[in-house]
Amino acid sequence: MSKPGLLIAGVVAAMVALAGAASVPAHAAEGAPKPPRESWSFSGPFGTYDRAQLQRGFKVYREVCSSCHGLGLVAFRNLAEPGGPEFSEAQVKALAATYQIHDGPNDAGDMFDRPGRPADRFPLPFPNEQAARASNGGAFPPDFSLLAKARTFERGFPWFLIDAVTQYQEQGPDYIHGIINGYVPAPAGFELQPGQHYNEYFPGHRIAMPKPINDGQVEYPKLPNGQPQVPETVDQYSRDVTAFMMWAAEPHLEARKQMGFKVMVFLIVFAGLLYFTKKKIWAKAHDEEAKA
Amino acid sequence: MSSGHSTYVPKSAFMKWFESRLPLGGLIHSSFIAYPVPRNLNYLWTFGGILSFMLVAQIVTGVVLVMHYTPHVTLAFNSVEHIMRDVNYGWLIRYLHSNGASMFFIAVYIHMFRGMYYGSYKAPREVLWILGVIIFLLMMATAFMGYVLPWGQMSFWGATVITNLFSALPFVGEPIVTWLWGGFSVDNPTLNRFFSLHYLLPFMIAGVVGLHVWALHVVGQNNPTGVEIKDVRKDTVPFTPYATIKDGFGIVCFMLLFAWFVFYQPNYMGHADNYIPANPLVTPAHIVPEWYFLPFYAILRSIPDKLGGVLAMFGAIAVLAFLPWLDTSKVRSAVYRPIYRQLFWVLVLVSIGLGYLGAMPPEGGYVIASRLLTAYYFIHFLVLLPLLGLIEKPKALPNSIADAVLTKHAGAGGAVVAQGAVSAPNTKG
Ligand code: HEC
Ligand code: HEM
Repeated sequence: MSKPGLLIAGVVAAMVALAGAASVPAHAAEGAPKPPRESWSFSGPFGTYDRAQLQRGFKVYREVCSSCHGLGLVAFRNLAEPGGPEFSEAQVKALAATYQIHDGPNDAGDMFDRPGRPADRFPLPFPNEQAARASNGGAFPPDFSLLAKARTFERGFPWFLIDAVTQYQEQGPDYIHGIINGYVPAPAGFELQPGQHYNEYFPGHRIAMPKPINDGQVEYPKLPNGQPQVPETVDQYSRDVTAFMMWAAEPHLEARKQMGFKVMVFLIVFAGLLYFTKKKIWAKAHDEEAKA
Repeated sequence: MSSGHSTYVPKSAFMKWFESRLPLGGLIHSSFIAYPVPRNLNYLWTFGGILSFMLVAQIVTGVVLVMHYTPHVTLAFNSVEHIMRDVNYGWLIRYLHSNGASMFFIAVYIHMFRGMYYGSYKAPREVLWILGVIIFLLMMATAFMGYVLPWGQMSFWGATVITNLFSALPFVGEPIVTWLWGGFSVDNPTLNRFFSLHYLLPFMIAGVVGLHVWALHVVGQNNPTGVEIKDVRKDTVPFTPYATIKDGFGIVCFMLLFAWFVFYQPNYMGHADNYIPANPLVTPAHIVPEWYFLPFYAILRSIPDKLGGVLAMFGAIAVLAFLPWLDTSKVRSAVYRPIYRQLFWVLVLVSIGLGYLGAMPPEGGYVIASRLLTAYYFIHFLVLLPLLGLIEKPKALPNSIADAVLTKHAGAGGAVVAQGAVSAPNTKG
């Protein structure tokens, strides 16, 4: 490589290295083992969500997690939008109507409750953070709207550099999957206060959330032979609910990756054309040089 | 560079009328068409164009973001999420803007290291260089305040840590911090003034960029040999079409890198914690600034004394402004300075090392390493560069740019000329 080539390469490598070092999470798990890497349908440049999985994940959320965790930034209508679970409009309308939304004031100046509409956002399980803490032994169950992007774990050198090339960016989903499956007996001598539970992947291992879900707890859609589509196990539940959480955090992921492919193709072709145009133009200058 | 390759001749009657009242056509012609460009520039010289492109991109995406953003502590976080979820292509605009900031810094760091490698800061380009350092400072201020706007955990705590630095100043420190905050902690008034300044500063940057380009067009571009233009006809080519097409190609290649991050890893350069709404009662485990601040953050933390750390951090930037006088060598380009060339690469590595250390917790070996690298950083500028100019024996310089290019052509023709090995200054057309 020529000197300037080297210089560019060196400095770009340097910048990416810095960027990577920076993405070392602030929420780094001190000494906690790194959650295992799972395979997700939405990873990679052509990743898409699996509609059936998102629908199952939503079922798990609704039946199990929603009593403690909010989904405050998501509206019912989002469930019917392209690139998501894609429930039908009618399903969403019916679903919304099962929730009571606090609204008002009406013409008489009173606040009132009314059935939900698709445009409403999911009502929160607790009126405020204090109430949430009071019912959860002082701990706050975080809202799910962004959790899949708000959690990560340290990748360390050189992995953070490799990730920039391989597009591994599902640390959040891997971590959440790890948490749900991370309830193992505490090692001998590990002290837990009442209300604390041992979790392999939670930073510090002391988590206030009891094991949230057990095998067989949520009923999944059945195949014609009466068997469920997928196993009704904690592992499967955790994958499904995590995928749902990723969609909630990044609802336009599919549109983004699809547009990305078109943009990349366009830019590569455009760059190629510019390159040859440039060669042609500069050939004149090089001719002069040769003649000189 | 008064004498360009051609002069502007207005074609229509209207343009003649206009030109005699405001010679805009002539200005554009002399700046972007006839302007003589050394014929031996390599692709590192496309980063000026790339930076201009990024500035425009940040301003355009930023103006659109402001149409949907709400600068209030209770609403800011959700308004950014509103952009991400409900605004048509809002996710695109926001990811372009947040990744654009990183891209802007990648480009500016390459641009600055290019200047250092080829000695572009030396006479007569000192003012040009200092204007660049001012742009860099303004960019840092802009990016810092922009990062506060989404009002996530890292926004809030980053703002708290950085504004608190000013409290290290004797006597005036505390009042200054209260004044910056507009209160007694980072709160709504802080967010509002940062928003105002975040909107303002990019336009100030644009203004200083104007001066920067003006200064450039007075003194002319440096080039990989560091030898001044002697004969405009022989040593240079007209900006259009030569530089325009080459810059265009460089910009599109840079857009590929940009698009890679925007579309495939939009959160790679950010912090997960910034997707948690700001909470003054919960301190994140590690408060880490954006990657482009890390080397300076490492310098800040390497000094055990708070005031000392703050001075060192600002000193690390300020020292750049004095570079034209700290470097005593008469030769510009590192190509002809064998020892400087090695020191240059050591400085690049030291800067990367500082960046890495800035992201690590300030404990144990990391602290010692930060101190060593910080010391080296200053020694490079304050001791090595002044001394080196006096003792280093530079290689023979080519007589002119045209000469250097010819040597290269001879080299390419088969004969391995000693200079031919130094491909850098002469290749790349
Ligand atoms: C009984 C209430 C309750 C239910 C039901 C519940 N959680 Fe939690 N969850 C909590 C609490 C409390 C915390 C906070 C734990 C802490 O900070 O120690 C939490 C935290 C979490 C975390 C974040 C851990 C971190 O890194 O901060 C995840 C992920 C999570 N829950 C997933 C789930 C999933 C998935 C479900 C449904 C299958 C679920 N939770 C059901 C109470 C609950
Ligand atoms: C020098 C050019 C600029 C730089 C380096 C810059 C940098 C940044 C950064 C780093 C953020 C935080 C992004 C995030 O994490 O979400 C941000 C946010 C923001 N910027 Fe800029 N910016 C620039 C120009 C502008 C301009 C010109 C405007 C408006 C006219 C603008 C408006 C905004 C708004 C509204 C936000 C908050 C929304 C968001 O967080 O996405 N910016 N900017």
